[in-house]
Amino acid sequence: MKKVLNRHQLSALFGFCLVVTFLFSPSLYAQDDAASDQAAAAEATAAGEEGPCGPGDPDKGKQLFNQNCAACHALNRKMTGPALANVASRLIEEEGLDCEWIYAWIKNSSGMIASGDAYANRIYEEYNQAAMTAFPTLSDQDINDILAYTEATPPAPAAPAAAAAGAQTDAGASGGVSNELILGALAMVFALLVMMLILVNRTLRRIAEANGVVLEREKAEKGLPLWKAFAQNQFLVLVSVIFLMLGAAYFAYGWMMQVGVDQGYAPIQPIHYSHKIHAGDNKIDCNYCHSSARVSKHSGIPSLNVCMNCHKSIYEYKGNPEGPSAEDLAMGYTNEFYTNEIKKLYKAVGWDEENQQYTGETQPVEWVRIHNLPDFAYFNHAQHVTVGKIECQTCHGPVEEMEIMYQYSPLTMGWCINCHRETDVQMEGNDYYEKIHAELAKKYGVEKVTAAQMGGLECGKCHY
Amino acid sequence: MASNKKYWKSEAELSPNDSIVEALKQNEFPEEIPVDEFLGDKQQLASAQTSRRDFLKYVGFSTAAASLAACEGPVHKSIPYVFQPERIIPGVANYYATTIADGFDFASILVKTRESRPIKIERNKEARVMGGTNARIQASVLSLYDSTRMQGPTAKGEPVEWDALDAGVKSKLAGLRGTGRQIALLTQTYASPSAKRLISRFAEAYENVTHVVYDAVSDDAALNAFEARYGERALADYDLSKAELIVSFGADFLGDWQGGGYDSGYSKGRVPQNGKMSRHVQFEANMSLTGANADQRIPLTPARQKVALAHLYARLNGSAAGGELPEKATRALEAVVSQIGKAPGKAVVLCGLDDPDAQAVVLAINEMLGSQAFDVAAPRYVRQGNARKLSQLVADMNAGKVGALIMDGVNPAYSLPNAGEFIEGLSKVDISVAFSTNQNETTQHTTFAGAANHYLESWGDAEFKKGHYSLMQPVIRELFDTRQFQQCLLNWMDAETTYYDFIRETWGESILGGAEWSQALHDGVYTSAAPEADPKMPAGPADKETGSASEAAGQVSVAAAVRRLAGAADAGMSLVMYPKVGMGDGRQAGNPWLQEFPDPITRVSWDNYITISKKDASDLGLVNTHVANGGMDGSYVDLDVNGVTLNRVPVIIQPGQAEGTVGLSFGYGRAVGMKKEMQTGVNAFPLYQDFNAIQSVALKKADGMHEFACVQLHKTLMGRGDIIKETTLEDFNTLEAAEWNPVPQVSLDHQEVPATTVDLWDSFDRSIGHHFNMSIDLNACTGCGACVIACSAENNVPVVGKEEIRRSRDMHWLRIDRYYSSEETFEADNLKKDGFSGAFESKSGFEEMEDPAANPQVAFQPVMCQHCNHAPCETVCPVAATVHSRQGHNHMAYNRCVGTRYCANNCPYKVRRFNWFLYSDNDEFDFHMNNDLGKMVLNPDVNVRSRGVMEKCSWCIQMTQKAILDAKREGREVRDEEFQTACSNACSSGAIVFGDVNNPESEVARLKESERMYHLLEHVGTKPNVFYHVKVRNTNEA
Repeated sequence: MKKVLNRHQLSALFGFCLVVTFLFSPSLYAQDDAASDQAAAAEATAAGEEGPCGPGDPDKGKQLFNQNCAACHALNRKMTGPALANVASRLIEEEGLDCEWIYAWIKNSSGMIASGDAYANRIYEEYNQAAMTAFPTLSDQDINDILAYTEATPPAPAAPAAAAAGAQTDAGASGGVSNELILGALAMVFALLVMMLILVNRTLRRIAEANGVVLEREKAEKGLPLWKAFAQNQFLVLVSVIFLMLGAAYFAYGWMMQVGVDQGYAPIQPIHYSHKIHAGDNKIDCNYCHSSARVSKHSGIPSLNVCMNCHKSIYEYKGNPEGPSAEDLAMGYTNEFYTNEIKKLYKAVGWDEENQQYTGETQPVEWVRIHNLPDFAYFNHAQHVTVGKIECQTCHGPVEEMEIMYQYSPLTMGWCINCHRETDVQMEGNDYYEKIHAELAKKYGVEKVTAAQMGGLECGKCHY
Repeated sequence: MASNKKYWKSEAELSPNDSIVEALKQNEFPEEIPVDEFLGDKQQLASAQTSRRDFLKYVGFSTAAASLAACEGPVHKSIPYVFQPERIIPGVANYYATTIADGFDFASILVKTRESRPIKIERNKEARVMGGTNARIQASVLSLYDSTRMQGPTAKGEPVEWDALDAGVKSKLAGLRGTGRQIALLTQTYASPSAKRLISRFAEAYENVTHVVYDAVSDDAALNAFEARYGERALADYDLSKAELIVSFGADFLGDWQGGGYDSGYSKGRVPQNGKMSRHVQFEANMSLTGANADQRIPLTPARQKVALAHLYARLNGSAAGGELPEKATRALEAVVSQIGKAPGKAVVLCGLDDPDAQAVVLAINEMLGSQAFDVAAPRYVRQGNARKLSQLVADMNAGKVGALIMDGVNPAYSLPNAGEFIEGLSKVDISVAFSTNQNETTQHTTFAGAANHYLESWGDAEFKKGHYSLMQPVIRELFDTRQFQQCLLNWMDAETTYYDFIRETWGESILGGAEWSQALHDGVYTSAAPEADPKMPAGPADKETGSASEAAGQVSVAAAVRRLAGAADAGMSLVMYPKVGMGDGRQAGNPWLQEFPDPITRVSWDNYITISKKDASDLGLVNTHVANGGMDGSYVDLDVNGVTLNRVPVIIQPGQAEGTVGLSFGYGRAVGMKKEMQTGVNAFPLYQDFNAIQSVALKKADGMHEFACVQLHKTLMGRGDIIKETTLEDFNTLEAAEWNPVPQVSLDHQEVPATTVDLWDSFDRSIGHHFNMSIDLNACTGCGACVIACSAENNVPVVGKEEIRRSRDMHWLRIDRYYSSEETFEADNLKKDGFSGAFESKSGFEEMEDPAANPQVAFQPVMCQHCNHAPCETVCPVAATVHSRQGHNHMAYNRCVGTRYCANNCPYKVRRFNWFLYSDNDEFDFHMNNDLGKMVLNPDVNVRSRGVMEKCSWCIQMTQKAILDAKREGREVRDEEFQTACSNACSSGAIVFGDVNNPESEVARLKESERMYHLLEHVGTKPNVFYHVKVRNTNEA
């Protein structure tokens, strides 16, 4: 009878676990549903659109637009060139131009300007005489597609976008399975296990009682208490003291060795720059911004004009395709947040968004330096990046996953030395090493030569 | 035959019982650490307020505070450019070709900039003319970062806006129109085609403009002589590499004679090749750098030099000249004449006497010889000063004829002998403007002081020599609100153009002739392709038709000049003034590197002084004494030149100084616009009457002793003996190398064997990769010291100040030892001694021999860390802070050093330097490393060492590492010329060569095979990686 009771308890537990699982799982799909619904809706409105210059496929148009136009044009915003939402109908209705004009302009704008076309010259002057790239390869149909795309987008996308963002926020809040939730669940499982054990124990006792088994209770020992016995055994005391002292010394040494080691140092920066978004989501090569790492001892913090190469057109953060995760949202990393950080860049570099020009009022950004080598240690990026062909991540860690940049490696001398001992020199295809390699390989009888064998452990190579 | 000469650095060493010399030999750090001062006095210690308990409390607290402070690291900011200039990559140096033309030094140079800060001056190796650097040019980059520079224009000492200055000057200049009063421009020598054109344009814009060029140290006599003979105000140029015999009468051509820059040509001829080298005979009064390098040096008073010159002319001419000469000089002249007779075209005569007759005669002699080294077709323009015009100007000023005086690059209130008269005249000028980088003696008296650009902030050009042009471009934007003089002239002319455009215009119109401007700017130098005129028929007033007539007239005047020269006589003691190698005319007196630079001859820094011969000194009761810490003291004298007195001038007894002469250098004694510490020495310019460096002087001993900062007794080799090896050309040509360059023998198993064959240690295999060696040719080294300053600039060597230098605590990683030796070998003395007959003769004979210091021979030896393969310093370091690399470097890890100084004790070459103090950010050392501006000159690739660590020459490992890295990045082998150090780069005479001996094609590998190669103290067995080349003297007479 009582065993039945026991089984019942176990099944109840199982059921509880199931409930927990269900609680979390639907929300995982909710977001996908919302996204696909939205996409479907957009498709529904766009399909079958008749462009002003003939039928076009807005989907294909969007692709073409992003490939060819987006560097200088946005739909609802002046950039290097004018905003392009409804451009065709606007030109036809307001300026009295025709589609042929549009085709001609796109295929050869400078020719149009040279030919003295009034509107062409006007627009050329208006946009600081920035000549538009000619696209002779675009067919009329391609242009129609693009125009269809520009027509299809509602002129003011603010409301739907906000709604979408809202939806995303909702979804994210309930959906993302953060570590904390998992930990919570685990804790609950653990608590249940403990409860189960207690229950099992009690049950077994009851069974024992029922079966008449007499458990041997701890016999009250009349001997010395344990600590007194310990205190009387001098040898044991001595050994334990030695062990304690050794242990203390070990930890004291460990603690002291971390003085001045700033591993994990992640200061708050004046602009919240996310390596995760740039290097991770957008897969920008490290060397694009830190270009001097290839030639100089410094990797170089990019000057703000490098930022502006992209951020002239990327003026707002639209989020990654999945939308911000729950953790991001918990930290406050919303799209608006990131867009605000871009505004900080504009302020620092003196970029007037309205007029798309530099004001000349600059404010250099005072980044907090994270990797601080002492002055007496010489480190050269070019040696490691260009010659050694070492991945940036080897020392800097998974930068592409770092929302906030931190010091990944200890940057201690031991760490440097260790790597020099273990790393083979990249000799292939480098004429500098050809002769040395042959000789060294002969000397050490190995095919590969480590940096240490090349003299990479000598004091003066880094300290001068 | 091996020379068994004895070498000595100071005369004190000649005395066998000098306890101080002995003590210094035994003790590298002669000063005890003054522990006794604060611990020795038991009574004071007992009565001290601080009890032992308190002491322990302080120790505990400071330890705890220090460790707490260490827990929290400081926050470093990194601020990138907003718009990064295209050519600047942080961490990568850019080089720009430019020109220094500050009125005293002229050279085409390269400037190394890091993050757009100029940090180092290098030679422009592409320049065919004046592409070398000397100590002052090397140091000039620090003058850019002088914290005492004027930060904007001033009016009577009060800051003023440029607009106000412009308005004031323009209205005044306009007001002078029609008044008939002069507008005078008093400037340095520019040698600049654009400045010349600009000034003529200015003269067109305003009336009554006079332009007076003024050189503080004048070559007026030489210019006049050249002008009289060739019709152009210029100086003859000499290519000493083409000369086999160089005879110099008081011309310090390795120093600053006629603009300097002759050392590279000279050194080319001095290295024996195919058994031949040039022979150099010097007649001079002061022991100059040039005299120190001569094969034969005859100390003569200036008047005797003139007589000797007259004799030489007469002998060559076949005539006779009067005047008495010492026997030695006559013999030397005979030898010279007979050598000239063999190859007249291969000889050249130079003259540094400020005497128009002497200069005219020298030109005549060189022409007569048809000297190939003598070039008047393309003369030099680097000295233009006109003494006559200047005295006219001062007279006009005092007469009230000058309405406006505009000065640039000159400091007449300091450097004019009649400065008082000039200052008085200045008060009668309506408006005066002086352009200068610092406030100086002149700006104190002018209406306006125009804060001028440093040359590294300026545009400009120069024509050093006819047809050889050089461009000056700014390498940094103006640090302060400064403007260059030429731009101001343009502004005052209401020309709507910049000086840059003006230069381009000048070049486009008259210089480039179709060549690319940008190429010329990139190279820094441009040589016009104009066909060289016949070298012996320069353009001048002497036309073809009247040629013979004027030639005859010329000969008549030369004959008269020779007669006048032959009649020259000294009136009492002669004072011979000279520009010092480190200080020049004093325009960079505020530069701590130059102040601390030890003079190559006297080894004294932070001072100028009277140099006097031993005999004259003892007659006057003047002494030099050494004190226990190695410092030197000297008596004072009062000088009187035609009523102008100079009191309390310290005295150095100079071996080789001609008896009856004393020397005194220009450039010191400045007091305005510089830090307290730099205000050193006495001003010799008041004695420079009539722009003649030779004056008759009366000396009187004054009380007291002067404390010199002299390094000549420092860093002695602890009695390990001679490290100079020298031989004569004859021995070099006729004997086996083992005779004149013997390898020291050591005893192994009671057998004498060459020291190189014995080795206590296992040698490391250095056959793979690079193995650096350095070669120093004692024949090519002139001792100019450019390398010393280059080393300081490259390696952030601190300046320590006069007091510390005196205590033997100088920090120069590279020193140039100067050794004296008696002219004759001891064997000659022995022969002489054996030949004595009679008591009287032997007494006088011995006395003669007893004075080896009368005219010693001199040898220079640059010594830096020898990077020994078996380095004694490495074995004694308790913390392994100094260790060896397989590339041959002896590394020094500063952060590991605990400062025991064992290594310095154990170093046989005494090249290690200890940081007794923190020299940076320390206001006790008020030089350049305690202010943000001065720190901009620091090389970011090299540590600034802290207190308590040892340092030494690193062989510029940052430079070799960079060369290797560049090659690796580009995937190629390192080219031989890429391996350089700061000193080898700076050496324009080619004495220092650095490279990889594992590369058999390298220059240094070739030099290592030379028979002249030897290592310092080879018997010690340190196996240095620096080797020297035996000095060969061409004593072969004729």
